[in-house]
Amino acid sequence: MEVTITVNGTAVTRDVEPRMLLVHFVRDELGLTGTHWACDTTNCGACTLWVDDTPVKSCTMLAVMADGHTVRTVEDLDTGGQLNPLQEGFMQEHGLQCGFCTPGMLMTGQWLLDRDPDPDEATIREAISGNLCRCTGYENIVRAVRWAAEHGNGEAEATDDDASADVETSDEVTA
Amino acid sequence: MTTTDNPPQSDTEADTTEVPLSDAGNPIGFGRMLRKEDARFLRGQGNYVDDVRLPGMLTGVILRAPMAHARINSIDTSAAEAVDGVHAVLTGETLEGVGLSWMPTLSNDTQSVLVTDKVRFQGQEVAFVIADDEYIAQDAAQRIVVDYEPLPAVADAKQALADDAPLIRDDVEGRTDNKIYDWEAGNKDETDRAFADADVVVRQEMLYPRTHPAPMETCGSVAHMDPVTGKLVIWTTTQAPHAHRTLYALVAGLPEHKIQVISPDIGGGFGNKVGIYPGYVCSVVGSIVTGKPVKWMEDRAGNLMSTSFARDYHMTGEIASTADGTITGLRVDVLADHGAFNGVAQPTKYPAGFFHIFTGSYDYGAAHCNVRAVYTNKAPGGVAYACSFRITEAVYLVERMVDCLADELDMDPAELRMKNLLQPEQFPYTTPTGWEYDSGDYPRALQKALDMAGYEALRDEQADVRAAYDNGESTMLMGIGLSFFTEGVGAGPRKHMDILGLGMADGCELRIHPTGKAILRISVQSQGQGHETTFAQIVSQELGIPPEDIEVVHGDTDNTPFGLGTYGSRSTPVSGAAAAVVSHRIRDKARIIAATALECDPDDLEWEPGRWFVRGAPEQGQTIQETAFAAHGSLELPEGVEGHLDAQTVYNPPNLTYPFGAYICVTDVDTATGEVKVRRFIAVDDCGPRINPMIVEGQVHGGLADGIGMALMEVMAFDRDGNHLGGSFMDYLLPTSMECPSWELGETVTPSPHHPIGVKGVGESATVGSPPAVVNSVLDAIGVRHADMPLTPAAVWRAMQGSPLRTDLAIE
Ligand code: FES
Ligand code: FES
Repeated sequence: MEVTITVNGTAVTRDVEPRMLLVHFVRDELGLTGTHWACDTTNCGACTLWVDDTPVKSCTMLAVMADGHTVRTVEDLDTGGQLNPLQEGFMQEHGLQCGFCTPGMLMTGQWLLDRDPDPDEATIREAISGNLCRCTGYENIVRAVRWAAEHGNGEAEATDDDASADVETSDEVTA
Repeated sequence: MTTTDNPPQSDTEADTTEVPLSDAGNPIGFGRMLRKEDARFLRGQGNYVDDVRLPGMLTGVILRAPMAHARINSIDTSAAEAVDGVHAVLTGETLEGVGLSWMPTLSNDTQSVLVTDKVRFQGQEVAFVIADDEYIAQDAAQRIVVDYEPLPAVADAKQALADDAPLIRDDVEGRTDNKIYDWEAGNKDETDRAFADADVVVRQEMLYPRTHPAPMETCGSVAHMDPVTGKLVIWTTTQAPHAHRTLYALVAGLPEHKIQVISPDIGGGFGNKVGIYPGYVCSVVGSIVTGKPVKWMEDRAGNLMSTSFARDYHMTGEIASTADGTITGLRVDVLADHGAFNGVAQPTKYPAGFFHIFTGSYDYGAAHCNVRAVYTNKAPGGVAYACSFRITEAVYLVERMVDCLADELDMDPAELRMKNLLQPEQFPYTTPTGWEYDSGDYPRALQKALDMAGYEALRDEQADVRAAYDNGESTMLMGIGLSFFTEGVGAGPRKHMDILGLGMADGCELRIHPTGKAILRISVQSQGQGHETTFAQIVSQELGIPPEDIEVVHGDTDNTPFGLGTYGSRSTPVSGAAAAVVSHRIRDKARIIAATALECDPDDLEWEPGRWFVRGAPEQGQTIQETAFAAHGSLELPEGVEGHLDAQTVYNPPNLTYPFGAYICVTDVDTATGEVKVRRFIAVDDCGPRINPMIVEGQVHGGLADGIGMALMEVMAFDRDGNHLGGSFMDYLLPTSMECPSWELGETVTPSPHHPIGVKGVGESATVGSPPAVVNSVLDAIGVRHADMPLTPAAVWRAMQGSPLRTDLAIE
């Protein structure tokens, strides 16, 4: 089946099997290996990317379902090689160790910040609760998101007055 | 928690002397430094095994056994082979043809690679299908027809030695039962005497259930045997690339110089990635058979069901004391469930790992343990999940027993611990089972934790909460749990420790380039610990070279010296020592070269970070960078001194290092539901000087989360037929951000006297120390002497009803 998906701003057209998972599409067809895979059951969030600005667990979506939609992956977060504030926050606060959960955490965290530029600890914890991390014990990830909130998460300003929109967990939005 | 600023998380007692900063703003030496490796991970540019893509690469998948114990009558692969895009199907029979259907385990047992005779655990590897891609391989795997003849399974270790228990290892000539070994340590007679003389004896059975390290990245490999050069390159998820290379050479009979093991970025290990798994071997054989690179990445079910589990220790402890709470003896009897093959990774001499460190942090003369290990129809493994070679089980045992004793004596558990802790002047201290603890100030660490927690105020609050509960005003109870742990890490001295005959020493090479930039090659392999940063900091500390000028190479056997890898918290104690030693060698050589250049005697030179200078004339000197250039230049060097500025070493640790810590966990328990919420967790760790405090704290955070997971959520249970009930993250529950509190960390600093830079290692401390603190806290809340982990709402509820749940078996 032919699909056209706009990935990180570029429209790509590929002929794929209808059963191909979106995570395999970005990893294997496009070589965007920043999006990871870590479970069989939609529990871990390592595969989180955005479909039309919403975090999605891409292991639980078919590539053909993304036909005509936009996809954003971790590779798109920096600008001209410059880390964005959330990425910088992860570095400053040691929000990553092995780095395997990190792309998913970043995509979920960025989504949160875009809607709530000043989230408190409880809000952050709930937002990332669909993303498992085996290394960090989560504390420094929470701090990383806070760091971004305090250090000009540029994209927050760009968001409209939607800043108080309900914060759903990434589990809910992908359900 | 304040997330609004960037607070130093530690209540630190470390030396706060200003560390000079490099031009890039990094500490020249020890101190908080952002990680070098982050830049690639944050951009999605990490290179994990699953990211390796080679031209013509094929994918293999494993067909796993659906039942725990079954004879295989036949396997028909013809329909699978007929699927378009399938290149080969391997079975036990294929492997038998090349002598690879069985392989040695790290404990000198054997393990089936692909089943030849009978299945011995559910999820065992039966066939390996190699195809153009994973989708095709999975399709084909479903077309393999296997005729299984089910056999009764041993799912309960307690039944493994029953007279009528089915024999699991009938492949071993002469074997008639399921016993692996009986092993003891300590002095039985003395211990019996201590118990006979004791005023108080408390006995408690407890289970440390089977858990799984479950790193976020599963295990996998890409094998490429180049048919022309005969060179085999394996990109693989290993914590021990050099050991793997040697094992492939020994097992497969391949020449070792033609094997290159590359362990690229690893998505967490925690002990899961120490051993060699059938999938790795199959990818190698697959590449030989097809002449193409073959990738195998296991799925999560495969990871949880077949790769190295942890714990599964049924322990019966007995503690003896005087009436006033002076502990006089400890003994323990263990039934260890090793699964279907004895695949434990640990030094050969110690079949139960370091379990016999179970006397813990207290002062008493008599102790004895007996460990009996058995085969069951479960996956093999047993030392994994950040356990420091079973010190996790040992610490859990003693810390639970101390709480049981406190309960018996009606004594405060903090007071009982304080009364019995080893005193600073007793170090170096030899334990009743023969460990020599290098250094420690235990009372200081415990006092610090108590102060940070506000222990007395917490006890007052607890009394109020209890009163409200007793009056029927609330369903809530509050618990305060303590644990104090001593670990022995950095295995280990060669004369005592080897794995399959390979001594546990580690090599290291350091080269200073002419312009003063350096490259350090280490034998250990990071799975997230940040070696590229901390090892650069070690060299920086010793040579004064900015850490950003030091490249750290690891995880590639062709480009690093031999060593046994990263597990058991051994990187810093062993390889870190090696890095310090090579740095010292460079410094010594630089002294001679600098003296030659400055036309003085080397003895007239003094060192300051980054520079040798003439004593009394500090302006006359040479920076290490200048010396490096001179070393590569035309300067005439004294007789016997070679040019260039390189050094290498192999570090053989004289002893283990012994990090320790005091933990306090505060929980709120809803008695109506059995639900436990961890409110606070205070962790005071002493791992000696901290190379990078930020990284040390990160290691502790991760281990504390593990502790909450094991104490409250994680268990791999089985039903009576040996069916695995924890084969996915829906069943095997990992802690999320919601279960973890904001950690409160503190530190004390007691250097190791025998380590070149005094550091002790910290990777596993919190995983070892935290589970008993959580369990003690919950039991303290509900006023029950013991209940087994994980303390799920159901388990807590049942414990309160006086009928504790057996958490490892679904047989009721
Ligand atoms: S891979 Fe685990 S949720 Fe997608
Ligand atoms: S950093 Fe390793 S899983 Fe999160």
